[in-house]
Amino acid sequence: MSERQVELEILRYNPETDDEPSFQTFQVPCPEDWVVLDAVNYVKDNLDRSLSYRWSCHMAVCGSCGMMINGEPTLSCKSFLRDLPEKIRIEPLANFPIERDLVVVMDDFMDKLGSVKPYLVPAEQKSVENGEYLQSPAQLKKFKQYTLCINCTLCYAACPQYAHNEGFVGPAALALAHRYNLDSRDVGRSARQDVVASNEGIWECSFVGACSDVCPEHVDPAGAIQQTKIASTVDYFKDLLLPGRHR
Amino acid sequence: MEMITTDIVIVGAGGAGLRAAIAVAEANPNLKIALLSKVYPMRSHTVAAEGGAAGVAKDNDSLDNHFNDTVTGGDWLCDQDAVDLFVEQAPKELTQMEHWGCPWSREPDGGVAVRPFGGMKVERTWYAADKTGFHMLHTLFQTSLQYPSIERYDEFYSTDLLVVDGQCRGVAAVEMRSGQLRLFRAKSVIIATGGAGRIFPFTTNGAIKTGDGMAMAYRAGVPLKDMEFVQYHPTGLPGTGILITEGSRGEGGILVNKDGYRYLQDYNLGPPDPWPRKKAMELGPRDRLSQAFWHEAQKGRTIDTPHGDVVHLDLRHLGEKKIDERLPMVRDLAISYVGVDPVHDPIPVRPVVHYTMGGIDCDIDAKTRLNGLFTAGECACVSINGANRLGSNSLTELLVFGARAGRGAAELAESTGSHADETAIREQAQTAQNRVGKLFQSVGGGESVSGLRREMNTTMEAGAGIYRTEQSLSESCAVMNDIRRRFANIELEDKSNVYNTDLVQALELGAMVDVANAIAVSALNRKESRGSHQRLDFEDRDDKTFLKHSLAHYDANDDPSIDYRDVVITRSQPGERVYGGDQK
Repeated sequence: MSERQVELEILRYNPETDDEPSFQTFQVPCPEDWVVLDAVNYVKDNLDRSLSYRWSCHMAVCGSCGMMINGEPTLSCKSFLRDLPEKIRIEPLANFPIERDLVVVMDDFMDKLGSVKPYLVPAEQKSVENGEYLQSPAQLKKFKQYTLCINCTLCYAACPQYAHNEGFVGPAALALAHRYNLDSRDVGRSARQDVVASNEGIWECSFVGACSDVCPEHVDPAGAIQQTKIASTVDYFKDLLLPGRHR
Repeated sequence: MEMITTDIVIVGAGGAGLRAAIAVAEANPNLKIALLSKVYPMRSHTVAAEGGAAGVAKDNDSLDNHFNDTVTGGDWLCDQDAVDLFVEQAPKELTQMEHWGCPWSREPDGGVAVRPFGGMKVERTWYAADKTGFHMLHTLFQTSLQYPSIERYDEFYSTDLLVVDGQCRGVAAVEMRSGQLRLFRAKSVIIATGGAGRIFPFTTNGAIKTGDGMAMAYRAGVPLKDMEFVQYHPTGLPGTGILITEGSRGEGGILVNKDGYRYLQDYNLGPPDPWPRKKAMELGPRDRLSQAFWHEAQKGRTIDTPHGDVVHLDLRHLGEKKIDERLPMVRDLAISYVGVDPVHDPIPVRPVVHYTMGGIDCDIDAKTRLNGLFTAGECACVSINGANRLGSNSLTELLVFGARAGRGAAELAESTGSHADETAIREQAQTAQNRVGKLFQSVGGGESVSGLRREMNTTMEAGAGIYRTEQSLSESCAVMNDIRRRFANIELEDKSNVYNTDLVQALELGAMVDVANAIAVSALNRKESRGSHQRLDFEDRDDKTFLKHSLAHYDANDDPSIDYRDVVITRSQPGERVYGGDQK
């Protein structure tokens, strides 16, 4: 298999020794079918054992290995060298604090994911002995797309609103709330509205759509947020016209 | 060393660990749970399971059918009391997942849909397109967020069990963010850390599957059971080892050799038609299919590629609509990683290390012989999988036995009066402290983590692959012994504290070399062929001598000692495994 030499410029930062991040360059001989993650693994195994980054599945489903690759938030396991120039710049995901090298601090994202109550709130508890809730393929299809988020946080790295206001609940968490709101088995929407329809929720989104552009699973969080806005606006006018209405 | 006191420690936050945590929270909301994982829960390898989860769902099926398929598939090395419990609990656990929101694929009437799977007589595999593990993991994780008693410790690498007066009373773990060792004091502990496929070079397993929990329990005196049984999945992508689900064949996909011939008919799995047909041809069990590939390669009837021999998995006759509806990820993976669109061309595939049937010895209550220690999921061996696991039994297993481990650990914590003495816990933690500390010292041994890992990978593939011999296994045992000795000469290049992955990889390698040693020695001692363990020098199954579980007992300085325990046989006497034929 033919090989080519690739130059990786990797942003390095060790908080124990460095005042600020700086780039380090590595020359890596790469077979033509490699992804960026393979090249980074080559560096780790052969050139510099101290390089830190997250990865696991190598098949774009665990969501660990997001990086800025030539300025774009990308899963490094699905970013093929054949589609990239000889020089590749690799940085940690934008809009997150750097913990070490390509590892970013995930706390804020994890808190936001939990804040939208992303779990099923059934109308009535059913025992397992009574079998499953029925749900037609059409009802499933209504929310299925929004179940596909792998929590890779590329959308937060791409989001201009999150860059500007870290209080913004953000694309993945809002899309997940939307997923449960749309589920025919769920009645938890009003409990989620506190966060979803707050000032830091859907109204903060300016619908640039960068989140949907970078989403490796085509979840379309921008679309989810737009749909949520419409539903919340309908709520608002209903409340105005029908005060005391129970939602 | 900071000490955190809780009621129950769960190590591993994949499917089994999360299911256990929820079971504890539901059993008693006053019990504090510390859920530790070296990764964020959503990264756990449950996420990569594709095809589905087995559980009797429809009127055309029965618990007896599921029992018989599982026991036969496991070549009678399954404990039948455990299998009975498993098949009985399976539909309940899968329904529970539905109640928690898991987006199972549906029938037109709104009921849950099931698909056929290898070695299963009736279709009973619940699925969520071809991302079943992903949806189960995320459903469990999201569900777990509503229980305040579950306190997560994400990115904590557990190194040692803390055993006081013969009771497992906690865990020592490195907080990766700070590099500091933390002590968790508890009344019971559950290990749910998954398998160890990374011992081999070509595997479907993610980088995190390094046998950490198996090694922890093993070093603390709990034997590893049936470690010689390593499953090769018949259809991985060449080069990367990415899994192409058995669901592809469940939906009707076929395997052909370089001549376009459905070669499985030559290996007691035919006749090829009518197709599709349960428990025949491409819907035979994984061990038989991977072994058939090996023979085809010996005969020169496979296709040579830069990444090794392959055969073709042909889905074209399913059509684009069905492929997109049932197997969207398979299509995406094939296009991305091998440049083949299965709508138009067959996918090149080859057998790939996928699953460890063996694991931490435990009983049907998920209890180990170490008081206070429970285990569930791939790291455990209860044993429902015997010598060969049937596809789609493992996702169900982690639910059934994860929940059981959680309930057992909760009961024990409730009935345990006081915590272990702090001084005793700290004394126990010294072993962990020493082992981690030693890696930072200058030993001048010149061994590197990546170098030793490569040597381990090479010898395990060469000696303990699909077919094994006395000679190949002796060689692997000798090399693994040497690698274990040389591991002491590892010196970290990275001596910093914050998110030190050189340290974590060294600890992972330490776990893998101990577990790999147990695999090789257990395999060398099993002088018969059964399920996934095939010996070219002992071609037959030998029930007289080996209808027994192997138990490998840890020895810090030498190969493990191996002894045996009888398999629990209740109502299915060992017989011939028959697949194919035209009766089905």
